Amino acid sequence: MSVGVEGVIALLVITDLLLLGSSRLRSCITVAALQGAVVSLLPVLLHGDEGWVRAWSLTVGSMLLKGGVFPWLLRRVLRESGVRREVEPFVGHTLSVMVGVAALAFAVWVDARLALPASAAGHAPLLVPAGLATLLVGLFLIVSRRTAVTQVLGYLVVENGIYAIGVALVGGVPLLVELGVLMDIFVAVFIMSIAAYHISREFDHIDVDQLDRLRG
Amino acid sequence: MSHLAWTMMMMAVPLATGLLLAPLLLTVINRVKAFFSGRWGQPLLQPYLDLWKLLGKGATYSRTTTWIFRAGPIVGLAATLAVLAMMPLGGVPAPVRFRGDLLLFANLLGLIRFITVVAALDTGSSFEGMGASREVLFSALAEPALLVGLAAVALETRSISLSDMVASVTAERWLTQGPALGLVVVALGLVLVTENARIPVDDPTTHLELTMIHEVMVLDHGGPDLAFILYGAALKLWALGALLVGMAVPVRTGNPLLDLGAFLAGMLILAVVIGVVESSMARLRLLRIPKLLVGATALAVLAVVLVLR
Repeated sequence: MSVGVEGVIALLVITDLLLLGSSRLRSCITVAALQGAVVSLLPVLLHGDEGWVRAWSLTVGSMLLKGGVFPWLLRRVLRESGVRREVEPFVGHTLSVMVGVAALAFAVWVDARLALPASAAGHAPLLVPAGLATLLVGLFLIVSRRTAVTQVLGYLVVENGIYAIGVALVGGVPLLVELGVLMDIFVAVFIMSIAAYHISREFDHIDVDQLDRLRG
Repeated sequence: MSHLAWTMMMMAVPLATGLLLAPLLLTVINRVKAFFSGRWGQPLLQPYLDLWKLLGKGATYSRTTTWIFRAGPIVGLAATLAVLAMMPLGGVPAPVRFRGDLLLFANLLGLIRFITVVAALDTGSSFEGMGASREVLFSALAEPALLVGLAAVALETRSISLSDMVASVTAERWLTQGPALGLVVVALGLVLVTENARIPVDDPTTHLELTMIHEVMVLDHGGPDLAFILYGAALKLWALGALLVGMAVPVRTGNPLLDLGAFLAGMLILAVVIGVVESSMARLRLLRIPKLLVGATALAVLAVVLVLR
């Protein structure tokens, strides 16, 4: 495994832990953007020599979206809503980091028992467990946080995890399909940020835990 | 020079270097901090002069204290000396080395802490008890980071002796296992900061009740006892710094003099880095320190995963 891919794996897990441990929403958005940009490097690092046009267009496209457009959209929501911190998550930040470590251990354990195609192990044996851990961390972020913005971030982290696993397992998904997936995420984040914006306009907060009553 | 004399020197040099130069590390940190605040700073030999002054004084003991209070500094210094004897200086192996000495190393660090805490509790002061409880909390969180970090290096180098482990961390290993070793170095750095009561975990110069952790536990010691504690603290900083520099500076030429030179340069850089961190950062809030230490443990676990793959 090359040092580049190993560095990407390390950064992937470190950004997971940072997202779990940080309470400032603005820095959470920055970290998630960094994670997206780092994951975007994978096609070039793994499949760069097979078809460089395809690999580079994927990398540039997803880097622009995940590292540029999404953070911009989310920062706008944050500015409109005036929320700065995730004050009272359902699971505390220190405990969340421990859950992240447990998720990593679980992912490594599961990976040892999965019957994966040989192409994955050849390229980067650790990429699949790291992607799996990222997926789990994203799901955990969605269920354990209160603000709408962190839940969108959790969704993005889940997507990063799936993307990492996908790049490791299958090199040959058509470019059009991958771009279509990117487009889907873009639309989803776009709609979610508009929804969060409207929630904050209507209720003066983006705390989804309080959205259990109808208001006329 | 005969073979025996050469061996004797190789055994004495690492220990003597640590014993002589450890207080100088404190001067370097102090000078860097002075530079940042626009002062000149203390003379180079000030820590040595302080120790000499304290050794010449008498000690006062409260009537409520028992022999535990008097034993604290002595046992602490003795354990620190034992740690120092096991610590290699980069490529230069330690005088005392055997299979599994890294566990003894971690245990001795625990013993130093235990005896300091017990001596502090022996004074019967609630203030010292508060410091003791904080110290124990933070070091309990730092210990997994240290052990898991060492485990990662032990797995990678296939040895469980500190001297062999550090000697096997070569430049080639950094090229193949760079990310894992980098994570271990960061985790060990955070452990060093915690164990030696440095910013951002603790402020060694504070005397404000609410913020003291380590400093509060040694308030009642005076004279030679305080000299033992201060010298022990300097040696502990040297020993943990030596571990960190040994991992982070992979200069292994095989020539002891060159290796020692590279190591000493690394220690100097480490002292400057500590000084810069202390000048540019504030202490973290007490509530946030556990998060930092759990983060260090998480990094060490990640390093183990990267090594195991």
